[in-house]
Amino acid sequence: MFEKKSSMRTTYGKELVNLGKKYDDLVVLDADLAKSTKTELFKNQFPERFFDMGISEADMVVTAAGLASVGFKPFCSSFAIFLTGRVYDQIRNSIAYPHWNVKLVSTHAGISVGEDGASHQMLEDIALTRVIPDMTILSPSDSTMVKNLMEKIYNYDSYLYMRLSRNDVYDIYEEGTEFNIGESFIHGIGKDITIIATGQMVSKALEAEKTLKKEGIACGVVDMYTIKPLDTKTIDKILNISKGILVCEEHSYIGGLFGAISEYVVRNNPVIVDFVALNDTFGESGKVEELFEKYGLDKDTIIKKGKSVYDRI
Amino acid sequence: MDVQNLVNISKNARIDILKMVYNASSGHIGGAFSAIDIMVYLYFYKMNYSLENFENNERDRFILSKGHASAALYTCLAYKGIIKENDLITFRKINSKLQGHPSRKLTKGVETSTGSLGQGLSFANGVALGLKLKKINSKVYVLIGDGEINEGQIWEALMTSIRYKLDNLRIILDYNHLQIDGFIENIKDPRPTKEKFESFGFATFVMDGHDFYDIDKTFKFADQVKEKPVFIIANTIKGKGVSFMENNVDFHGSPPTKEQFEKALLELTNV
Repeated sequence: MFEKKSSMRTTYGKELVNLGKKYDDLVVLDADLAKSTKTELFKNQFPERFFDMGISEADMVVTAAGLASVGFKPFCSSFAIFLTGRVYDQIRNSIAYPHWNVKLVSTHAGISVGEDGASHQMLEDIALTRVIPDMTILSPSDSTMVKNLMEKIYNYDSYLYMRLSRNDVYDIYEEGTEFNIGESFIHGIGKDITIIATGQMVSKALEAEKTLKKEGIACGVVDMYTIKPLDTKTIDKILNISKGILVCEEHSYIGGLFGAISEYVVRNNPVIVDFVALNDTFGESGKVEELFEKYGLDKDTIIKKGKSVYDRI
Repeated sequence: MDVQNLVNISKNARIDILKMVYNASSGHIGGAFSAIDIMVYLYFYKMNYSLENFENNERDRFILSKGHASAALYTCLAYKGIIKENDLITFRKINSKLQGHPSRKLTKGVETSTGSLGQGLSFANGVALGLKLKKINSKVYVLIGDGEINEGQIWEALMTSIRYKLDNLRIILDYNHLQIDGFIENIKDPRPTKEKFESFGFATFVMDGHDFYDIDKTFKFADQVKEKPVFIIANTIKGKGVSFMENNVDFHGSPPTKEQFEKALLELTNV
């Protein structure tokens, strides 16, 4: 169904350069991973506004807060594992609590890190950032979306966390499609079930949807690229039509999008909500598709779980 | 420099800090008393900082990385007119603007929220870096605790100060030798202290953190330094000013009893 793939992190790096040309107050910090996070593209163009902080993420994010305090708009990047778990306290106490406008953009989120294994596969970053008051969390599903969101992120007047993947992901959207912080993209809402997916699970969900429809299940897919603040308007729409929800995310089922949606649904209009996500586990080394299959994040698992939700509604 | 004026401000500040902590039945007197003279020097003599300019980017900045000395910071901000003197007595109480540890969102004049140790120096680096990028000539003063340097992030940040040659930054170490669990030398001994910071590449000075003449001399030397950040080891006494609180770790984070309060008040008033 989808053919072309592209790199969200390369798009991120390119858009940093484009925004850097337009805005003098944009500065970028990285922690010795500029080649991987693609902030190197910005570094090459604007060396005086790029700070390689070395392998010291805690120092990086708080230095960014200091830069924000004199009027700069800093973007900090590293792998998701180091940009959230390692510096949870710094984000909480030195960015969020004093409310500094620092943008945290991670790459290598999720199990799709692949061969590097569990120490580098961040499956808890949404959970960790979601509990921080007023944190905004984005989890884009393709490169067009990243491109469209970047200037909105720059202009967004608060701290924010965005997670991107290491691997290339399928192009879902046509150039020029509009996305907004706080919103979702509704591909469809099913009379039986709706699959709410985020990140690179969206393309898999759209493929699974075709099979489920063929088998007679009235099904739709929503790309919930804003994780926080939760898009309750869209969830309300789904609850008015669907009898069950399946949430798909490349993250632990605890504390992520499944958690966020469940917390909302359970106190409003309870229906069955199930998940396709990491089942309270660490990952391991392997190829991306092998890992998706072994850990139940593939199209077949979405189909199986979709049927299971349908059977229970 | 009107030293008598600074001495008087410090005296009043110590009395207010004592009252604030006693009234709140909680707070950190020891580390506030060791730091207050340096802070009084900076706020009431050295820094370009006033009610008129405290929100301008051109101001000098003081960052209290050892946020538990918050009471000392609040007295300075109150005497500067940035916050209300009447509010001091609400310190650490419910609905107060004056939180146990400084909150940027709640308290005017607080440069950033601190309290989780080890982070203020990174913040100060970011400020110093930003001022240089904007070609603003202001100075950044950051006070760190000697227990605080147990934190690994301090050492990450020290390397950043050096890497970017932040000569608009002055790091002041409140070297009072005590942290909650005892003498710093018995917990994570930083010695040889001066040599450590010198070897990092700092222009390193040692001063008496309770002697305004020595403080002034040191900061004047610091102003001559170019292309290097400045690290000042301030020899201080925890609980300075009250005989039975000096060098006594019991007054790190515990309030005085009624008797101790009255005795301390008498000592501070009769200086």
